[in-house]
Amino acid sequence: MTAPSRPFEPTNGVISWIDRRLPIFTVLHGALVAYPTPRNLNYWWSFGSLAGFMLVIQIVTGIVLVMHYTPHSLMAFESVEHIMRDVNYGWLLRYIHANGASFFFIVVYIHIFRGLYYGSYKGPRELLWMLGLVIFLLMMATAFMGYVLPWGQMSFWGATVITNLFGALPLIGEPLVELLWGGFSVDNPTLNRFFSLHYLLPFVIVGVVIMHIWTLHIPGSNNPLGIDVKGSQDQIDFHPYHTVKDVFMLSVLLLVFFAFVFYAPNFMGHPDNYIPANPMATPEHIVPEWYFLPFYAILRSVPDLIIMDAKLAGVLAMGASILLLFALPWLDRSPVRSGTFRPVMKWLYWVLLVDVVILGVVGAKVPDDTAFSIGSLGVTWLTVGQITTLYYFAYFLVALPLLSKFEKTAPLPESISEAVLAKNA
Amino acid sequence: MKKTLYTFAALAMFAVAGTAHAAGNTIEQPAPPAGGWQHDGIFGTFDKVAAQRGLQVYREVCATCHGLKFVSFRTLSDLGFSEAEIKAIAKEYTFMAEPDDEGEVLERTGLPFDYFPSPYANEKAAAAMNNGAAPPDLSLMTKARVGGPDYLYSLLTAYRDPTEADLAALAAANIELGDTTYFNPIMGGNQLAMAPPLDDGLVEYAEGQPEATLEQMAHDVTVFLTWAAEPKMEERKEMGRNVMAFLVIFCGIMFFAYRRIAKRILGH
Repeated sequence: MTAPSRPFEPTNGVISWIDRRLPIFTVLHGALVAYPTPRNLNYWWSFGSLAGFMLVIQIVTGIVLVMHYTPHSLMAFESVEHIMRDVNYGWLLRYIHANGASFFFIVVYIHIFRGLYYGSYKGPRELLWMLGLVIFLLMMATAFMGYVLPWGQMSFWGATVITNLFGALPLIGEPLVELLWGGFSVDNPTLNRFFSLHYLLPFVIVGVVIMHIWTLHIPGSNNPLGIDVKGSQDQIDFHPYHTVKDVFMLSVLLLVFFAFVFYAPNFMGHPDNYIPANPMATPEHIVPEWYFLPFYAILRSVPDLIIMDAKLAGVLAMGASILLLFALPWLDRSPVRSGTFRPVMKWLYWVLLVDVVILGVVGAKVPDDTAFSIGSLGVTWLTVGQITTLYYFAYFLVALPLLSKFEKTAPLPESISEAVLAKNA
Repeated sequence: MKKTLYTFAALAMFAVAGTAHAAGNTIEQPAPPAGGWQHDGIFGTFDKVAAQRGLQVYREVCATCHGLKFVSFRTLSDLGFSEAEIKAIAKEYTFMAEPDDEGEVLERTGLPFDYFPSPYANEKAAAAMNNGAAPPDLSLMTKARVGGPDYLYSLLTAYRDPTEADLAALAAANIELGDTTYFNPIMGGNQLAMAPPLDDGLVEYAEGQPEATLEQMAHDVTVFLTWAAEPKMEERKEMGRNVMAFLVIFCGIMFFAYRRIAKRILGH
């Protein structure tokens, strides 16, 4: 473990008494006050704290919402309206919780893409990266099940489409789907188990977050130069520099977040979810929440293959698009972490970022609609999705392994402090 | 890094904008009435007088076929109705009472805590009386459609006999008009089962109120239903202004605090 820069010396007698028996204050001091960090961290390094903050917002508002919500297919929709109309500040709690899910994903996507650029997934931080991916998967499951709870049309049909995907898996598919449903279609038992798991998983996330931070504190934070810390001249304490910086970044985040909560609270939702769930009426377009759209686009981009049909292939491709990230530390063997010193990888990275954004747009479109025309030739969203899907996989499976061998990287600075001094000279 | 920050912000906005959904198969797009909505914008408030007229339109026209099940009479005080007026409105409806001590279930007149009753005994009856499709409840209508209040207003005012150009557009989109449906360029599929509900002078507004033209009634009932769908909007926007003002100041203070500490610790 990265040793704290200075020992914890309590002046308060009670704290001292407790700490000698349960060194919880020593641990907190080591994590939040005297945790030594590289002195060159930029604003992108604040998004880890911000993600933690969003998790707390979601848990606190969620716990209060549960006090007023009824997990029953005949009453769920009505109980949400009860929250919106009759519960004191219920509208505020619900809008914070609904938009909070979106902002949690925004913050986490930035956090992930920061890691991708600066090579934070590379050794010795492989397990840190993988635990982060576990958190991401848990978040996806939690958000998906949470979106089902209001029991609107998109809740119901989104749940039907997504759970049906598991049915494509050979052998285990059908029993697995029936287990998810608790019956033979999405119905009250489905709502009940999703509610139960939606309450459970955030606390599992808290557990994995603690492990994520624990794993971080063994090697310490990566930094924009991607080189190892050489000594105390390269480091500063977490407090007060990062505490103040993170509070500043938090207030910027909240400014944007509350602009949505108060002035566009339904912008990121879908109007159909204000129609009560109706198993007899399918909405014209079933789309998942925006944060799933890139993966939804990958799912729909895969055509029938010789060995399997499009549905199974799509499900496997979608699963692979996330699972391959677990292998990333071994796909990218370049000894240089930071994209700053990798002239080719850097550009491919920015293309990947744009590629994922385009995938998100494709996920919201009807595949057979024309995206744009070249002369008289119309290019459909399906084609755009297929090209962007190919690039996504090519970046991780082809480009990074090849670049590890052939890329000519720029010379690295001697040390963090030297680079910082040179920059400010 | 600043440049990348802007890039990220732009990309984020782009990604979010990509999820905005356009209504499919429509010849015209929803638009607000001339003069816009008083409830738009960060200082927007409900036009209470218009909403009161809208309630009249709802009760005399829409309520024949559409329920409003999430709106209780007591909440009409938001629109400026007095307690006595609310009691009088509620009294015009009858409800089944709780079983009495003998187990008899009797009818009673409405009270402020009651909700607008459905015009139908049940969903099946609603469907049977309307060619098989139950008319939707209107409580959340302005939030349940792309375009919101603009959509509702445009829908109510857009009925017309299809022109040659309309028919050509329908043919191009492979849409056939049904025998029991009415052409409406705003509706998805450009037709709906609801006959044009409003007509000039259909409702008689109180003295001193504007003339009950089709557009005026469409405007008024949309204002009323926008309130019905989001009754806490004024409270939300007011709190939002305070929160945003606080956060702007807080952001500024924290930025200077951060820069001072950065100077002291990092020297730059």
